[in-house]
Amino acid sequence: MNIFSALASQFRTMWRILLHTFTRAETVQYPEQKPYLAPRYRGRIVLTLDPDGDERCVACNLCAAACPPDCIALQQGTREDGRWYPEFFRINFSRCIMCGLCEEACPTNAIQLIPDFEMCEYDRSSMVYEKEHLMIDGPGKYHDYNFYRVAGMEIEGKAKGEAQNEAPPIDVRSLLP
Amino acid sequence: MPTIYIDDQPYEVPEGDNVLQACLSAGLDLPYFCWHPAMGSVGACRQCALVQFRDEQDTQGRIVMGCMTPVAEGARFSMQGPDASEFRSKIIQSLMLNHPHDCPVCAEGGECHLQDMTVMVGHRKRSYRGRKNTHRNQYLGPLVHHEMNRCIACYRCTRYYNDYAGGTDLAAQGAHDHVYFGRQQDGVLESEFAGNLVEVCPTGVFTDKPLVNDYTRKWDLQSAPSVCVGCALGCNTSVGERYGKLKRIHNRYNTEVNNYFLCDRGRYGGNFVNDESRPLFAGLRNQQQRYDAIEQQQALDTLAEWCGTGRRVAAIGSPRASLESNYLLRRLVGVENFNSGMADHEAALLSQVHGLLASNGVVTPSLQQVEHADAVFILGEDVTNTAPRLALALRQSVRSKAFELAAELKIPVWQDEAVRVLAQQQRSPLHIVAMSDTRLDDVAASTAAHSPDDIARLGYAVAAALDNSLPAIEDLASDLQSRAQQIADDLRSASRPLVISGTASQSAAVIDAAAAIARALSQTDKMLSFCLPEANSLGVAMLADAQQPSFSELTRRSNNGEIDTLLVLENDLYRRAPQSSVEALLKNAGKVVVLDCVDTATMSCSALALPTASFAEAEGTLVSSEARAQRYYPAFLPAEQRQPAWQWLKQMGQQLQPARFDPLPHFDDITAACAADCPALSRIAEAGPNAGFRIRGLKVPRQPHRYSGRTAMLSNHNVHEPKQPVDEDTPLAFTMEGASGARPGALLPFVWAPGWNSNQSVHKFQSRVGGPVSGGTAGVRLIEPQQEVSHSVLPPQPVFTASDAVLWLLPLHRIFGSDELSARAPAVAELVSQPFIQLNTTSAHRLNLNEGDYAILSWADTRCEVQVQINDAIPDGCAGYGMDLPGAAWLPPDTHASITAADGGSDV
Ligand code: SF4
Ligand code: SF4
Ligand code: SF4
Ligand code: SF4
Ligand code: FES
Repeated sequence: MNIFSALASQFRTMWRILLHTFTRAETVQYPEQKPYLAPRYRGRIVLTLDPDGDERCVACNLCAAACPPDCIALQQGTREDGRWYPEFFRINFSRCIMCGLCEEACPTNAIQLIPDFEMCEYDRSSMVYEKEHLMIDGPGKYHDYNFYRVAGMEIEGKAKGEAQNEAPPIDVRSLLP
Repeated sequence: MPTIYIDDQPYEVPEGDNVLQACLSAGLDLPYFCWHPAMGSVGACRQCALVQFRDEQDTQGRIVMGCMTPVAEGARFSMQGPDASEFRSKIIQSLMLNHPHDCPVCAEGGECHLQDMTVMVGHRKRSYRGRKNTHRNQYLGPLVHHEMNRCIACYRCTRYYNDYAGGTDLAAQGAHDHVYFGRQQDGVLESEFAGNLVEVCPTGVFTDKPLVNDYTRKWDLQSAPSVCVGCALGCNTSVGERYGKLKRIHNRYNTEVNNYFLCDRGRYGGNFVNDESRPLFAGLRNQQQRYDAIEQQQALDTLAEWCGTGRRVAAIGSPRASLESNYLLRRLVGVENFNSGMADHEAALLSQVHGLLASNGVVTPSLQQVEHADAVFILGEDVTNTAPRLALALRQSVRSKAFELAAELKIPVWQDEAVRVLAQQQRSPLHIVAMSDTRLDDVAASTAAHSPDDIARLGYAVAAALDNSLPAIEDLASDLQSRAQQIADDLRSASRPLVISGTASQSAAVIDAAAAIARALSQTDKMLSFCLPEANSLGVAMLADAQQPSFSELTRRSNNGEIDTLLVLENDLYRRAPQSSVEALLKNAGKVVVLDCVDTATMSCSALALPTASFAEAEGTLVSSEARAQRYYPAFLPAEQRQPAWQWLKQMGQQLQPARFDPLPHFDDITAACAADCPALSRIAEAGPNAGFRIRGLKVPRQPHRYSGRTAMLSNHNVHEPKQPVDEDTPLAFTMEGASGARPGALLPFVWAPGWNSNQSVHKFQSRVGGPVSGGTAGVRLIEPQQEVSHSVLPPQPVFTASDAVLWLLPLHRIFGSDELSARAPAVAELVSQPFIQLNTTSAHRLNLNEGDYAILSWADTRCEVQVQINDAIPDGCAGYGMDLPGAAWLPPDTHASITAADGGSDV
C-alpha cells in the first residue's frame, strides 16, 4: 500500500518536471537583456529635491537610526534661510542591504530607493557614496510632498502661519477672544 | 508606609508623596507634564489623571490628578482602566491640536517628553481638522533657542525660571489658547540658569542653541559621566560627543550636588573643547621662534634630555588639572621642586580654607544641605558669579520658612502653589555682605557692600555677638553694630544656620571671620561653606606639602638661574601673577615645557608645547569645594597627539625613572599611588568605580543601543571599520553594547529607559522619585567634621578709610568670562563683558568720570585703560574691576590704583 503511493508520488514528480521542459525560460541574458524592475524596486539609494527644487533632506537622522547595518552617517547644519540640511550625507553601499527601511523612516520623502542595482566596483571604497553622489535633480517617486510647507518652522519665504493648515500668528497683546 | 491600590494591586508607598510620585517610584508609567520632582505639582496639564474610588464597593469613582492627590492608607485608584486611559489620551489629543509638524527639524526630537507621553497614551492619528495656532519666536540670546509653536502650556518654564530660579524676564503672556511663554521683547535671557529651560521644558520650545546649529540626536551621542570644570562646586554633567566634537553638556543627576540643574557656565562653557586653536601636536620651538610639529617619541626624547640627570628641574601644577596629573608631576620632579600653580596669596587662602574645613568642627554642606538651611550669612561673595549653582541652592534655602509654615498646616511640600501662596514674601533670613551688589539681593533680608576689611570686621562683630568670649570689635559704626546683632540673632534662632565665605574677597580675615562665626554657633546642624576659584583648587591644596616651594620662591630660583627646565601643567601663569614677574620667570628658566589642552600666553613662551586632552577626553579626579572627590571620564578619544596630561607625565616618568613609574601603568594605579602618598586624599579611589568594575560581567556602554552610522561614519577614510577602541583605564566602553539598568551614579553617561527617551527617564535610575541614584551617589566626601581644634581668631582689621589718592581695586567676578576656560566657547564669548571698572557716583564725580568714559588705572608698574561703569553699590574708596584688565588678569589682593580720566580729567 505504502509502496504504491510512494511510486505514484515519484511518477507525479517526474511528470511535472517533464512539463517544465515546455514552459518559457525565466533566465534573461543579463547584461545584454535588462529585466523590468518595478518603480518600487529597492535598489541604489538617491536623495531627492522637493517640488520647488530645493534639498528635501532635513538631516533628521531617522534614516540613519532605522538602518539595520548602520551604514548611513550624516551631520545636520542650519542654512542661512533657516532650513536644516545635511552638511554631509554618506551611505556605505558596501554595507547596505537594500532593505528600504531608510525610505520608510524618512519623514520628508528625501531618501528613496530606485530600481538600479548595478553597483559593481573593484575597489570597495568606491561603494561609499557622499551627498554629491546621492543627490538627483528631481523629486523621484513622490512628486508633490514638500515638508517645509507642512512644518511649522519658519524659513525664508515661508513665515509663521503660512504653512498648510496654519492660522496667522497670534498677537499676544490682543485681549480679543 | 501607607499601602495604596492601583488597578487592585497593593503598593507600599512613601508617606507624604503624591500618587504620581508613588506610581513612578513603583515603576508604573503614568504620563505627566507639569509636575517636576524639584518643583512640585500645580495640576496644570491634567495629564496624570487616575480614577479614584471611595472604597472597594465604589465602581464608578471620580477622576483625580495623580500629582495633586496625596497618598493615603487604603486609597484605591484605577490607572489602566478605560475611563482613566481615555481621559489621558483625550488630554494629549487636545495638547496636540496646535502642535506643529516639526519633529524632524526639532532639536528635542528623540528625547522629547511630549513624544514619549504621546506614544505612551497611544495617540497616533490627528482627527482635528481646524487650523493650528501659530506664534512668532523670540531671540533669547546665544544660549537658548525659542520655537513657541511647540508649546503645550504646561507652565513648567515660568515656574522654573521665575519661581525656582528667581528670573524676572520670562513670563506667560496672553490669555486662553493664545498664551505665550517668552520675554516682553526680544533679548538675552537674564538668568544665569536659563539653560536649564532646555531640560525643564518637556517639548522643543526651549532648546540648546549651540546644539541646534550643529545638531546630533541623543541616540547618536557618545556620552560619558563628567564633572564640570567651570568652578569649584563640581556639578555632575553628562558630556555628549559625535564626530570628535563635544556636542552638548547635560545635567547628570546627583541628589547631593547639582540635583536637576546646572548653571549656564557649566552647560555651555565646556564647548571650549571644540576650539580650533587648541594644540593638536607636540611643538618644538625653532630658531625662528615658530613651532615645528614633532613626533610623540621625539617629544619624549627631548624631555628626557632636558630633564635628565644633572639638570635642575622644577614644575608648576594647576588647580584646573586633575589630582592624578598634579600628583605625577610632583612625583616626577620631587616635592621640593613642585609648586601647586597658585600665586602665594591664593595658595595661602586655600591652605587656610583647607585647614578650617578639616579642623573647624563644622559641616561643609552639600548643595542639598544648603537648600535646607534656614538662615544664611554670606561674607564677601557674589555667589551667583563665583559659585553659580550654589546661588540657585540658596534661593531654595530662603523657602525654608515657607516649608515650615506649610508643615504647621500639614500642607505637603509638593503642593507648590499652596506653599507659595501661604508664605507670600516671608522668607528665611539671608544676609549678604559683599563687595558690591549681588544677584541674590532680591531675596536677601539685608544686603550691604563693604571693603574686605570692613566685611571681616562685621563678621568678627557677628561672631562676638554670638560668643561673648570673643573680642568685641571696637569702633564699629552703630548701624553696623546693629546689623551684626540682627545677623547674629537670625543665625542663633535658626536650626540649620549656614555661613558662606570664600576666596573672592582675597582676604584671610574674611575667611577667618566666617569660620569664627560658624564656631560660635551652638547648633549641631550648623554649616560652613567656602566658594573657591577653580575645579580642583581644594584638591591641589590638599595635595600640597609643607616642603613645597612657593610661587615666589620658584620665581626667585628662576631669576637666579637655578632652574634648567621648568614644566608647567595646564596653567596659564599670566593669570596668576603680574605680567612682568611671569615674564621673568619664564625667560630665566632654561627650557620651559608647557602641557595644556588650550593655547595660552604661557604656552606661547614654551620651548616645547605638549597638547593634552581636555576634561571631555580624559579621566581624572577633582575635589570640589565641598571636599567631594569626583571622577570624570572621557567621552571620546583625544585627536592626534593629544593625550591626558597624566599619560604624558607617565611616559616621561617611565623614560626618566623607570623604577618609580613602571609600577603605575594605569590610571587606577596612579590614583592609588596618590592616595597612598597623601593621607588627606586617602579615599580618592572611592570617587568612582575602577577600571575593573563590571555589571553582570559587562562594562557600561557610552553609546545608546540605537547609536547610528557605525559602518559609515569613518568609511570616507577607510571602508574597513576599525575595531572599537578599547578603554583600559575606565569601566566604560566605547560601544553600544554593555550593561543596562541600575548602576552607580558615577557611571551614568546618559539616561534612557524603555518608553522614556527624554531626561525624565532619570527616575528609572533613582531609588525613588527624587531620591538618590539607586546604585549609589557619585563622589566621596574627603573631609567629615572632626572634633573642633581650638582656634584663635586673627587680630581685627583696622577700619578701612577711603583715601582720596588711590582706590582699592576689588575683583568683581562674572559668571561668563571670569574663569579661564568657558569664555573660549563661542556662545559664552558673546556674553562676556568687556573689561570694566565700577565706581560709585561720589568717586566718579570726584574723578570727573561718567558712565561709558574711559579711565586710566595705574598701580605698581602697570597702566591700563578701561571703560567706566557707575555702580552706587561700590563701597567708598574702592573700585570694582571686571576680570582680565588689559595686561593683568587677577590682581594681587590689596592693589590700590590711581585713576584718571583717559581724556585728561583731573588726577585723584
Ligand atoms: S536600504 Fe536598508 S541597509 Fe540600505 S541604507 Fe537604507 S536602511 Fe540602511
Ligand atoms: S530620514 Fe530623510 S530627511 Fe531625515 S536625514 Fe534621512 S534622508 Fe534626511
Ligand atoms: S514653553 Fe515648554 S515648559 Fe513652557 S509652557 Fe510651553 S511646553 Fe511647557
Ligand atoms: S555651578 Fe560651577 S560646577 Fe556647577 S555647572 Fe556652574 S560652573 Fe559648573
Ligand atoms: S502632572 Fe499632574 S496635572 Fe500635570
